Amino acid sequence: MLSYLLFIATIGGIYGLLALSLNLIWGGAGMVNLGLAGFFAVGAYASALLTTAGQAPIAAGWLVAFVAAGIAGLTVTLSTTRLREDYLAIVTLGFAEVVRLVAANEIWLTRGTDGISGIPGPWKRALGPDFNGVYFLIVLGVLLVVFFVVRRIDRAPYGRALRAIREDAQVAEVAGKNVLRFKTEAFALSAAIAGLAGALYGHFTSYIAPDLFLPLITVYIFLAVASGGTGRPAGALVGAYLVMALLESSRFFVEGIPGVTAVQRAALKELLIAVALIVVLRLKPSGVLPERIPPAPRSS
Amino acid sequence: MIVVQALVNGLVSGTLLAVPAIGFTAMFAVLRFPNFAVSGVATLGAFAGYLAYGAGLQMAGSLAAAFVAAGLAGLLFDKIAHLPLVKEGALPAAIASIATGLVLENVVRLGFGNEPRGYDRPIARDVFFGEIRVSPQQLETMGLALALMLAVFAALAFTRIGKAMRATADNPDLAALKGIRPERIATLASLIGMGLVGVGGMLLGLDSSIDPLTGTRILVSLFAAAVLGGLGSVPGAVLGAFLIGIAEELSVLVVGSQYRAAVGFVAILAVLTLRPRGLLGERAF
Repeated sequence: MLSYLLFIATIGGIYGLLALSLNLIWGGAGMVNLGLAGFFAVGAYASALLTTAGQAPIAAGWLVAFVAAGIAGLTVTLSTTRLREDYLAIVTLGFAEVVRLVAANEIWLTRGTDGISGIPGPWKRALGPDFNGVYFLIVLGVLLVVFFVVRRIDRAPYGRALRAIREDAQVAEVAGKNVLRFKTEAFALSAAIAGLAGALYGHFTSYIAPDLFLPLITVYIFLAVASGGTGRPAGALVGAYLVMALLESSRFFVEGIPGVTAVQRAALKELLIAVALIVVLRLKPSGVLPERIPPAPRSS
Repeated sequence: MIVVQALVNGLVSGTLLAVPAIGFTAMFAVLRFPNFAVSGVATLGAFAGYLAYGAGLQMAGSLAAAFVAAGLAGLLFDKIAHLPLVKEGALPAAIASIATGLVLENVVRLGFGNEPRGYDRPIARDVFFGEIRVSPQQLETMGLALALMLAVFAALAFTRIGKAMRATADNPDLAALKGIRPERIATLASLIGMGLVGVGGMLLGLDSSIDPLTGTRILVSLFAAAVLGGLGSVPGAVLGAFLIGIAEELSVLVVGSQYRAAVGFVAILAVLTLRPRGLLGERAF
């Protein structure tokens, strides 16, 4: 039971990182990333390849995952940030599909749909059964660091500039803010955090495959941010654990229905998540912890 | 010769792709948000057509069934989920539409499972033009797709409703001022746009097989066609669909069939960098 709870808590923490990543740009700058699963995958693959085939230490893998996903974020936005948000939505959605395609087909590198197994976990052999507990603390540590960094950004002049861009990019531009630069930087940082989350995921479960990075993950995270409260880092964390709770409780619920095949059970679960996202967006778009706009500092 | 054959194949798949691309871009022109539910709606249309064809309807009747089922489902979700959100901006509506796509995909999965299914079409010998090979089935579906496209263009150009739709897409306030009821136009755009997407899902599934992910697989090509031609432009979507269809077939000769789906993505990035408003611009028609 304890190990089950630790497993849930760890995956929830990884979703929390993804939710912080999405909140930074969606809540912060009003940009959207429908390819979150793609950046998550880039990070997971970068770190897994480096530490298995490359024999590099795990910490190096995580660092490279962060940087690689950030660079991917830069490339994706460079051609689209100048444009309207709906183009960015289409491009990011396409990006996630292409990442999965590459992961499934470049067999020499990624072992295709078989996936990469045996990804090392930190001190896994020495820890034995305590591994889950220690790994949870690591994820919690990373989560807290990212949380405080993101919250600092949120409350800093930088965060206010992002919000100004979200509300009206033209006004922000007139006020002398370099809108393009702000948007590109925020998106790259957000993608990098998603990549780091991917790396943490891979070293926890020790196995990754293209099918683990379906667009469904992106929907989970949108549900997390929307239900927790867009525009507030604490809301993203609360939302991530709400989604985790919904996912796990729905599993027990769905397994209780008699005469349902495994495929149908999976379909029912996905259906529930999708309906929940629509309901939250329609009925309570501000989420459990609504955004607080701090008063502007008095000018001296 | 291989290149010519690829061009012909590309022309065929481009014609089929044009049908859902018109639907997607027309909805964008009127409703002002990218409706990502097209993945689920295309799947739904493919399965509705499959059921109708299995029940003994002819090809045209099955396509009509796909149109009606997809159009009604698309309209329902636009009314209850997407359109109320458009007031807050295109993004919330777009995000909700992803969830809608997932809902429809899983409804199909609940009913039919994950196994691929094929339309049980009569086998016919391929027709040769010189060394170029075309199957009679391809000719039939291509003819139906072309007829449908012509009907859409004629309706937009000559009927009152078509003109009202173009006016609303061009300038909603001015159109409303002239007595065009915006909700009615929105309803029609959802119904017809999603109907076309459903027919497209069936047309593209006819030659291979269908399963719950049928719609998701054509998503990138569909977006690429619409963005390439200029998001919101109906003739642009047709041009974009032909170009994407041909580029995908040619790419098979160079990088193999597994990267077909990446062609669309590369095309999107290229067109956004070089000619951000698309080849024909964003004017609706």
